[in-house]
Amino acid sequence: MSTTATTTLPRIRGEVSYWAYLVPGGALFLAIIVLPFVMNIYFSLTRWPGLGDPTFIGLENYVRLFQDEVFWTSFRNSIAMIVAMVVVPTLLGLLLAAVLFDYIGKKFSGSVSSGLRAVYYLPQILPVTVVGILWSWILNPQTGALNVVLRSLGLDGMALNWLGSTDTALPSVMAVMVWVQVGYPVVIFMSALQRVDPELYEAAELDGAGWFTRFRAITLPQIKPETFVVTLTCTIAALKVFGPIYVLTRGGPENSTNVPSYFAYQNFFPKSQVGYGAAIATVLTVIVLLVAAIFMVLQARSERKEAEGR
Amino acid sequence: MSTAVVTTAPTTGPVTPARSRHRRGAMRWVILGVITVGGIAMMIPFVIMLLNAFKSPQEYSNAGPLTLPTDLYFDGLINFWNRVDYPEKLWNSIVISGTVAVAATLVSLLNAYALGIGRVRGRLWLVGLFMLANMIPQESLVYPLYFMAKQVGLYNSIWAVVIIFTVIQSAFGTYLLASVLGTFPPALLEAARLDGASRWTILWRVVYPITRPTLSVLMIFFFIWTWNEFYIPLVMLIDNSSQTIPVALAALQGDRLMDVPTINAGSLISLLPAVLFFLIFQRTLTRGITAGAVK
Repeated sequence: MSTTATTTLPRIRGEVSYWAYLVPGGALFLAIIVLPFVMNIYFSLTRWPGLGDPTFIGLENYVRLFQDEVFWTSFRNSIAMIVAMVVVPTLLGLLLAAVLFDYIGKKFSGSVSSGLRAVYYLPQILPVTVVGILWSWILNPQTGALNVVLRSLGLDGMALNWLGSTDTALPSVMAVMVWVQVGYPVVIFMSALQRVDPELYEAAELDGAGWFTRFRAITLPQIKPETFVVTLTCTIAALKVFGPIYVLTRGGPENSTNVPSYFAYQNFFPKSQVGYGAAIATVLTVIVLLVAAIFMVLQARSERKEAEGR
Repeated sequence: MSTAVVTTAPTTGPVTPARSRHRRGAMRWVILGVITVGGIAMMIPFVIMLLNAFKSPQEYSNAGPLTLPTDLYFDGLINFWNRVDYPEKLWNSIVISGTVAVAATLVSLLNAYALGIGRVRGRLWLVGLFMLANMIPQESLVYPLYFMAKQVGLYNSIWAVVIIFTVIQSAFGTYLLASVLGTFPPALLEAARLDGASRWTILWRVVYPITRPTLSVLMIFFFIWTWNEFYIPLVMLIDNSSQTIPVALAALQGDRLMDVPTINAGSLISLLPAVLFFLIFQRTLTRGITAGAVK
């Protein structure tokens, strides 16, 4: 039997078209995603406190947005979030996964490495508010565990107001995010490494290649697809980050940890400036889609290059 | 997992000369030490939480956060339990996440059947649309959804959250399953058709049983993702009685009655369901994460 034969089956008389199977999902999709998305774009062109009728004002919200100091701060903080949620976890995760899989797994045992992997992954499965509430207590200036320990060691000068001062709030949030995020690349990269043919390593080892050379010449190129997925999904998550900011700092102090999604939330709900909030959300959406598009183009290009190289 | 490690184990063959093997012998313990210290550092917040969840506030201010409690103090746990009405929040979280997991998997399967096996016209565009929907930040949907929920009287109801996440999760599910079903063996479908099975029968008698492992991974993912969701439940569920565990926990923050044992005991029982769920489904999940990554 030819495998290229189309899988669409001829219709039995009176049988419904395949389109019917798309009706429930499609209707829900239109109502819950497409319609709200369009409405949000419309809201972004209006002035509206959430009650009464929106007043159409064209692009005024966007003009105001680009002159708003807080808006630019929030996007600068997005870059800090990308460092804390993508760059550092990916590099650390790569190193940890390679050492756990390649070194600990082989020189000790598989159970040691999978046990350690579970430890690194644990923060990933917790609800973000639990993580946030735990850390905001640990970092609390008066009763928090960190400062209590520092004071008992006589290091009163180091017992800072971690989340409450403009100097330390952003670095503290970043440190928490690294802790939250690092397990994800570790797990993905460890499973990616299982895909790599061990014979490649054996051959390289026989040729006298050291651990680092093997890592650079075999491991990195082999797990490129997973690296793309990890960096793409984490970058999008970093751009959208909301929960940790809400629970840890509420964007403060003085907006030093504000991010676009929290800035939009502030305008939607506490301030009731729906039009302005919608404009922030729209700009964020455009940036997210742009970043995703850039990633995909880069990935396609690198795959093409590899195919040509062979 | 461990099987793959076993297959690679024999690589520590006799090729390394004795001298360098000796040097590596010391090195391997150093590396294990560094990695373990990293692991311990990851666990510190949990250890601190456990140490202080059952320690009285007096003992905390005298002995600090790093000692074992001398007496077990349960008032923090009791205080948290009563203040948030924990069983109610647990039930809300279970109902929301459980319903979403089942409904979103069903919707994904129906959509993917039409796209992957039915190969309806324009399916590439439709799959692209579902993929795009995955990336749209919830921020750009939240206000219209809030507005719509108020209009139809679902504001402050867990069903608003159920419907919204059924759709959001099924967008991902459709995208993933459509490509899985796209590679479904045509011979099986043709054989069923020769036996006179209708499309509906084929879906439930042929496609469903074969894709069940993938469907169960999806269902577990949907459950956990929905369980941990924060933004939309925060906006939609303002009444105490409709809130989920994450939202109720966040609402208590900054409350002056939240003393150290209450915060820690509260965090502990709030993360327990997620950890239990993870332990039960760990094997399925690690397989699933891989499947999700290489999609």
